[in-house]
Amino acid sequence: MRDAFISELTILAREDPSIFLVIGDLGFSVIEEFAAEFPDRFLNAGVAEQTMIGVSAGLAAAGYTVFVYSIGNFPTMRCIEQIRNDVCYHGRAVTVVAVGAGYSYGSLGYTHHAIEDISVMRALPNMQVFSPADPAETRALTRQAAASGGPGYLRLGKNGEKNLHNGPVTGPLSEVLVLHDGTDVTIYGTGSIISLALEAREALLEEGISARIVSVPVIKPLPADIFDAADGTRAIMTLEEHTLFGGLGSAILEFAARSHVRTPIFPMGTIEAEVGRHVGSQAYLRQKNGLSAEAIQSAARELLQFA
Amino acid sequence: MTSTSTEALATRSRISALKAVHFGKTSHIGSSLSMIDLLAVLYGSVANISPANLDDPNRDIVIVSKGHAAAGTYSVMANVGIIPLDWLDDYCADGAHLGGHVTSLSIPGVELSTGSLGHGLPFGLGYALAAKRSGSRRKIFVVMSDGECDEGTTWESALVAGHHGLDNVTVAVDRNRLQSLMDTEDTLRLEPFAAKWRDFGWEVLDIDGHDHAALIEAFKRGDPSDTSGKPRIVICNTTKGKGVSFMENQVLWHYRSPDDEHLALALAEVSAL
Repeated sequence: MRDAFISELTILAREDPSIFLVIGDLGFSVIEEFAAEFPDRFLNAGVAEQTMIGVSAGLAAAGYTVFVYSIGNFPTMRCIEQIRNDVCYHGRAVTVVAVGAGYSYGSLGYTHHAIEDISVMRALPNMQVFSPADPAETRALTRQAAASGGPGYLRLGKNGEKNLHNGPVTGPLSEVLVLHDGTDVTIYGTGSIISLALEAREALLEEGISARIVSVPVIKPLPADIFDAADGTRAIMTLEEHTLFGGLGSAILEFAARSHVRTPIFPMGTIEAEVGRHVGSQAYLRQKNGLSAEAIQSAARELLQFA
Repeated sequence: MTSTSTEALATRSRISALKAVHFGKTSHIGSSLSMIDLLAVLYGSVANISPANLDDPNRDIVIVSKGHAAAGTYSVMANVGIIPLDWLDDYCADGAHLGGHVTSLSIPGVELSTGSLGHGLPFGLGYALAAKRSGSRRKIFVVMSDGECDEGTTWESALVAGHHGLDNVTVAVDRNRLQSLMDTEDTLRLEPFAAKWRDFGWEVLDIDGHDHAALIEAFKRGDPSDTSGKPRIVICNTTKGKGVSFMENQVLWHYRSPDDEHLALALAEVSAL
């Protein structure tokens, strides 16, 4: 996803002279070409995330469309007040880009796991939250963030994620994207973890359950017609590589409550008791947190008994 | 504007600020009074910002990072005509234009809402960098408190501005030596203050922050072709509560709002300045 992001940003920068890239001393083997081609629209702010966001807000106030790139929680949690006050409150054109969604940085440990970022970013006024599932969605959302002219958070996995779509995704993405149709249960997922839902779908078919898989690339604002994508199915599940406190599941449950949707909804996310307790790869940490194809399969089976 | 006329502007602004906090029953008058002189020099003389050029993308930028000194900031801005003077009349009332911290919401000439310390300088550096990269000759002035220099972003930004040679930036530090509870040196020692900035690559001027002629001289920057390659900091040595004897150097007036009696006494004193 990070290659798709920087590639699309470079194309954009050739078209739009207002595009500016700020980094927090991270992006080895990612940002070099952009920096070489656009030295006047590139800044390494150093390991100084709070100042990095403040500077970005100033650049945006002066007319630039700013992308701020770093990893994990550094461009979000470390500088949350700068994002809140300097960017969101003033509606500035700054998109915070974080590589390392969920457990992407696996064995590097909890400090590098972005599993509360959606909740925190979603709470901020004027903030759009973009969470692509694959390189194609990443490209579309990069463009969408730039075109919006307002604050955004772009949550990227790492690199090498499979393309889940056949061909490019054309934005702007104001709707959810149905990846695979089904008739019994609709699974709304966000980020690369959707690939587990696609695996679970295969296994569920063998026991006669048909799951519809839907990608939600824009978590805020949620599409107003998001529940249309679940039409005809009896139950809804949500899936994210993120805490259940305030993420995609929360957003959908809150929206369902306000819209008087009666379909049963079961959210899947990390298990707090397991957070930060294990060492291992992204796949291992997902599994330790109840995020596996098997867990999705049994949750769907159980949910349908009540639907 | 000459120093005589900026002094008159400062006096008018002190009167406005005292009346505003009295009406609004709000705090931070001491912080406002200590920096009104330097702000009157910026808005009244040195900075290229006026009611007529607010939409000019090349006008100068003034950022008041010590947003709690809103009464002082708005008073100077109103007395130079950037905002209407009568906006001060219902300061902090329900539905008023102006609240107790500097806010950019619908307020012309304010680029950043402040109130949380340590935000103005990084933001100002963004403007400065944008000006450098786009060939604009605008200058960026950031007004900070000395207590604000406890913030990590101050020193992150000191590194960034020094490293990138942002000589279109001038910081005015309101060095009144009194922060929220006590003296800055008893809270978190800043001295040797000038040396710290010098070591970060800044040009440092250390002046009497109530001397208008000295302020004008210190804030003036050369033609961009003749610049030092260094950001500048002007350490403005000031007195918290300046101009009102019973407020001077008193932490109490960081919090207290003048009642009718205090207001009458204070207005008599500042009018005689």
